[in-house]
Amino acid sequence: MSSTPQGPDATIPASGLVVVVKRDCPTCGLVEPVLQELVDHGVGVTVISQDDPAFPSSPAPVDDRGLELSDRLGIEVVPTLLRFDEGVELARVVGWHREQWQELTAQPELGANLPPARPGCGSLNVEEAHLRRRRAKETAERLRSRRVEVGTEEDAIEACFARGWSDGLPVVPPTAERIAVMLEGTERAPDEVVARVAPDYVECTVEKVAINAVLAGCRPEYLPVVLAAVEAACTDEFNWHGLAATTYFAGPVVVVNGPVTRSIGMNSGMNALGQGNRANATIGRALQLILRNVGGARPGEIDRATLGNPGKLSFCFAEDESDSPWDSLAHERGVEEGRSAVTLFAGEGPRGIVDQLSREPESLAHSFALALRSVAHPKLALAFDAMMVVSPEHARVFREAGWDKQRLRQELAQLLTLPGEELVRGAGGCAEGLPEQVRSARVPKFRPDGLWFVHAGGRAGLFSAIIGGWINGEGGSQPVTREVAA
Amino acid sequence: MTTLFDPTGELAPGERSRLPRLDSLEGKTIGLLDISKARGDVFLDRLSERLEERGARVARFSKPTFAKVAPLDLRKKIAESCDAVIEALAD
Repeated sequence: MSSTPQGPDATIPASGLVVVVKRDCPTCGLVEPVLQELVDHGVGVTVISQDDPAFPSSPAPVDDRGLELSDRLGIEVVPTLLRFDEGVELARVVGWHREQWQELTAQPELGANLPPARPGCGSLNVEEAHLRRRRAKETAERLRSRRVEVGTEEDAIEACFARGWSDGLPVVPPTAERIAVMLEGTERAPDEVVARVAPDYVECTVEKVAINAVLAGCRPEYLPVVLAAVEAACTDEFNWHGLAATTYFAGPVVVVNGPVTRSIGMNSGMNALGQGNRANATIGRALQLILRNVGGARPGEIDRATLGNPGKLSFCFAEDESDSPWDSLAHERGVEEGRSAVTLFAGEGPRGIVDQLSREPESLAHSFALALRSVAHPKLALAFDAMMVVSPEHARVFREAGWDKQRLRQELAQLLTLPGEELVRGAGGCAEGLPEQVRSARVPKFRPDGLWFVHAGGRAGLFSAIIGGWINGEGGSQPVTREVAA
Repeated sequence: MTTLFDPTGELAPGERSRLPRLDSLEGKTIGLLDISKARGDVFLDRLSERLEERGARVARFSKPTFAKVAPLDLRKKIAESCDAVIEALAD
């Protein structure tokens, strides 16, 4: 402690005694007569009051309701008595301790009627709410985003709607305090550029990601997952620009793997693709808000979707790795075991497959194949990938038979190699289909790496789901996996 | 008063004026850009015929995929070699 105590109004002399108090502290009330005693004995003392400029009644205190002096003096307990000499702190006493106060003030009779000692109370400047406000203030000074002032009579949520920052649902107003707390979720600097976001190709900083994560309702510990998702979305392989602009249904589907799913409480079980889990709901939403607000992909403008799908509000879930018969999606895609990752897939809404009778993997694979044939259109092939979400009860059938993902893929590839004559335009009385040239060929429904499997869902229910993809391959969108930074 | 922080890209797009319309097609090079959607070629073939009837030269281009923006090189080539361009968004 060697700070120079100078109040905003320079009321604190560089040498002499300083006492920091608050009215809401019985020990401070106890020492109030002692302060008067010092004045009566002609001892110069400056009192700093944290909560009430009328306390003590004498001597008149310096008003420190902003707690700036208390912060500067490093006060943790009130009352605190300090002695300064030319700006240098020589000594301090925390709480009421008669002998120490007598010694420090050189007043041997000081507080003779008071008990020998009383502990003080917590100083207001070390309370959590104040620390949060102070951090927010410090962070706000560093933030580079434009400030938008909202009047006290204006509803901040409505103000966000009015400025076009929402996906149609209310957003959490991004105040300095909330952004500061959000930024504590990452060690990355606020001004670090995470990605350039299409379609406007704007540099998106950690700060912009944090602001949109606030809007979405994320907790700070979700931020690393959101950051990884933004990085994955803004790659040439994932092709967010094309996905944003398409007339098709698809949007980014976020699958999260690894320990982070448990540490932030994501849902990979019952209702995994549904509502009700904050992490699932807000991580996907934050990504969408970033793509909208930073990238500029707004529905009816760049986003030309004919129908869209409800997952374009948020489509994010975790894989259930604890009880899976298979290698996880992230591991299959090259992420080391025990590490966390997000995988982005350009997908439409999930559709259900019911099979409550198959107990043999061959039979269940047949059901999957029949249902998978309908992705995009039963007579279209090779242009669309698919992600299957296989529930525990269906997965059990494959586990018991010892089928790994590769075995299932082989079976499905065989079942889904279709006769061209059924697929060509006009076949089956339906104009849609493949060109006439494939009539005598056998055509695979999916390209070799066009089928992905994720294990998730409740323990009961012989159901699985298909998430149909968008245009695949180099000319469209490919799944992209990014590790979540610790 | 509450202070909020702007979540957008904060773009301030520069304004550019349009190029003047061509007075005539005679002797001009008109680029036809096929974005590679199905049957865009049918539409552009017909346009090409009509343009040539009016004395224009036609240069044909196509995007590698309709799902991505045109590569920079392609855009540059069109800008350098054509007086005007027509893009076919057939579907």
